[in-house]
Amino acid sequence: MSDPVQVFDRRLVRLRRDRAASTIDRVAPVLEDVADRLLDRLDDTTHRFTRALDLGGRGIVAPRLAARGIPFVVSADLGPRMAARAGGLPVAADEEWLPFAEGAFDLVVAAFSLHWVNDLPGALVQIRRALAPDGLFLAALPGLPTLQELRGALAEAESEIRGGLAPRVSPFPELRDGAALLQRAGFALPVADAEDIDLRYRTPLGLIADLRAAGETSAVLARDARTPPRDLFPLAAARLAGSDAGIPATFRLLVLTGWSPSATQSRPARPGSATARLADALGTVERSAGEKTGH
Amino acid sequence: MSDAQPAGGAVDPKLLEILVCPVTKGPLRYDREKGELISERAGLAYPIRDGIPIMLPDEARKLAD
Repeated sequence: MSDPVQVFDRRLVRLRRDRAASTIDRVAPVLEDVADRLLDRLDDTTHRFTRALDLGGRGIVAPRLAARGIPFVVSADLGPRMAARAGGLPVAADEEWLPFAEGAFDLVVAAFSLHWVNDLPGALVQIRRALAPDGLFLAALPGLPTLQELRGALAEAESEIRGGLAPRVSPFPELRDGAALLQRAGFALPVADAEDIDLRYRTPLGLIADLRAAGETSAVLARDARTPPRDLFPLAAARLAGSDAGIPATFRLLVLTGWSPSATQSRPARPGSATARLADALGTVERSAGEKTGH
Repeated sequence: MSDAQPAGGAVDPKLLEILVCPVTKGPLRYDREKGELISERAGLAYPIRDGIPIMLPDEARKLAD
């Protein structure tokens, strides 16, 4: 097994998620919005799902799956306390070490849990294996430029105070990485798209408090473990110049969908298997390659 | 004895059916007395706490040879 670069401190992620189990309700409106946008995708398919895995749903996803009539829902979370309140049958599990049998589910939903994973390609392969043929994988994760205002303000403030900077906002994937990741993990019909959610905060501290309540403060291994300089947050806050409309917090939601391969899915025909000429369909004259069309 | 709660709390049998060892993806043996899920191949015993299987390799007990 390859040993991918470790970017995130998974023990810290687990701690943060468990600690957030009691405060998560504070940010429920944002998570509910994300879950609704994600689960709307289920309406695009006529499939009936019967065995679902909720990965990191934080008590928002599993009840919505049950409400859609899915009789068997398992909720896995890195933090056992968070798993306990997630709503499905609870399991403490690491997305990088999934403990589920091959083909155990026909639906896997990961709402906002895969952005702290070190080995995202590896996690996706394990998710695909846990899916039965023709099973659906739905994921939402924050992508660039999420939290760019905060990232910029903190970086400016810190380089001003210390003359250097530590990563304080998580690195996020970009939309263009999405479909390629799914394809690499062996998903069929992979689709990645993005939706922007415009959040506004009255005060910068409100944004920080929400991130903390969600268990989403930085778990980057290269983070600066020292206590931040006392002026850092006030200075960064001052730079997050708010207008009367509040402080903007950009939030780009990447939505990934992929299917576990199955013989019944539509797929491109093999080259050379056509039974009619394209030229006939277009009502034009076929020319061989290399022949100039201009003259 | 048969009515007693298993150690670590009861786990839904349908969940037990689909759990495998996260390291080897091999089968697990349920030890009701100890409240553990045992992966012989990995030499690890995953604890069950408050009815929640803790399927994390670094929380598992190493089995003595």
